[in-house]
Amino acid sequence: MLKTDIVIIGAGPVGLFAIFELGLLNLKCHVIDSLEQIGGQCSELYPEKPIFDIPSQVKINGNELVENLINQSKPFDPVFHLGQQANQIKKLEDGYWEVQTSANKIIKTKCIVIAAGAGSFVPRKPPLENLKEYEEKSIFYSIKDKSIFNNKKVLIAGGGDSALDWAINLSSSCDVTLLHRRKEFRASPDSVKKFFELESIGKTKFALGQLLSIQGKNGKIESITYKNEMEEITNNYQYLIPLFGLIMKLGPIVDWGLELDSNLIRVNTENFETSIPSIFAIGDINTYPGKLKLILSGFHEAALMSQKAFKYCNPEKKLIFRYTTSSKDLHKKLGLK
Amino acid sequence: MSKIIVKDRDGKEHILNAEKGLTLMEIIRDSGLDIEALCGGCAACATCHVYIGSKWIDKLPKMQDDEESMLDQTFDLKPGSRLACQIEFIDDYNDIFMELAPK
Repeated sequence: MLKTDIVIIGAGPVGLFAIFELGLLNLKCHVIDSLEQIGGQCSELYPEKPIFDIPSQVKINGNELVENLINQSKPFDPVFHLGQQANQIKKLEDGYWEVQTSANKIIKTKCIVIAAGAGSFVPRKPPLENLKEYEEKSIFYSIKDKSIFNNKKVLIAGGGDSALDWAINLSSSCDVTLLHRRKEFRASPDSVKKFFELESIGKTKFALGQLLSIQGKNGKIESITYKNEMEEITNNYQYLIPLFGLIMKLGPIVDWGLELDSNLIRVNTENFETSIPSIFAIGDINTYPGKLKLILSGFHEAALMSQKAFKYCNPEKKLIFRYTTSSKDLHKKLGLK
Repeated sequence: MSKIIVKDRDGKEHILNAEKGLTLMEIIRDSGLDIEALCGGCAACATCHVYIGSKWIDKLPKMQDDEESMLDQTFDLKPGSRLACQIEFIDDYNDIFMELAPK
């Protein structure tokens, strides 16, 4: 079992800055995030879009901000658990929390800091009837073992890089059709070119339209109907791979017994603690009178939260407030000589 | 004051005060109607999808690439599908009609 001072849920900008603020107070952090990469919305939604309201940064894009925050947190050796969700928490008799992830990792921690933004990123699911019945049987949002599609009829829906890349990849082993609402793609031109080269020699098929319904039974797809401006078309397929990107959902956190206000976590503004002692919420996921969903508000919240988290982790110790400009102790922690 | 008319997912129509310079998403969100607008208006999430009334479609500015690309990631598209965050209200749009797309 892993043991730490703090588990941070969410590796977005606010979670990353919390590592730094907690680190200055000697608190060690483990960070859980559902994405495979660090950075949250900044990396996933707007990596290239400029942000203009980060103090002292006249203009910075999502990726640059995340990179800077990662560098800033480095002296404190955070441990990242990526590609997994924080599923369950349990209060132990010795006062610690036990956090269990979707990858079955168990982390024992003194405090939990929820910096989960708008929730975890999950695949965007098409609004089809009886979708659940087919999921993980003949509908897959990601591909772990592509051999299951060998010699089958597969419909990939979507118009981004992953849809095109998988259509190209599967073209050698199965009968693959790519369904997209228009002939333009938001994908690398090379992939688009390659896909249509394969289509021209009959290795892949392209269909214009949007998903409408699935027919089948016991989780097995028999046919899929899609429509475009001209007509509705039903064809036989055995598998559907919808690739419409990711969307954020709050997930298991709603069942943890925290006081919520329309899916946001209520906190006090003194230390951003939730209704459950030693669980904090910072950044876009919290709410309080006057809350502004700005990255800079999350940074401020991280600093104040850290003061209270220190007290939980060191009930006997007195916390002396110091500045990074002058404190030799802080310089040492930051790896300066 | 200019107005916009928004039909919610239960079919009820709401007349909202519209101010020049706000986006349609902001007008809808600030009225308390249920529009998610997760990314806050940077055409990165497609959770402010609306159907613009047919007679208004051609009066609006054309979609930029990033709006069209985000529509690729959403469902239930119709000819009037737009992202409300990408349309800034001007007085010419007084009485424009739109419907919230399903979640």
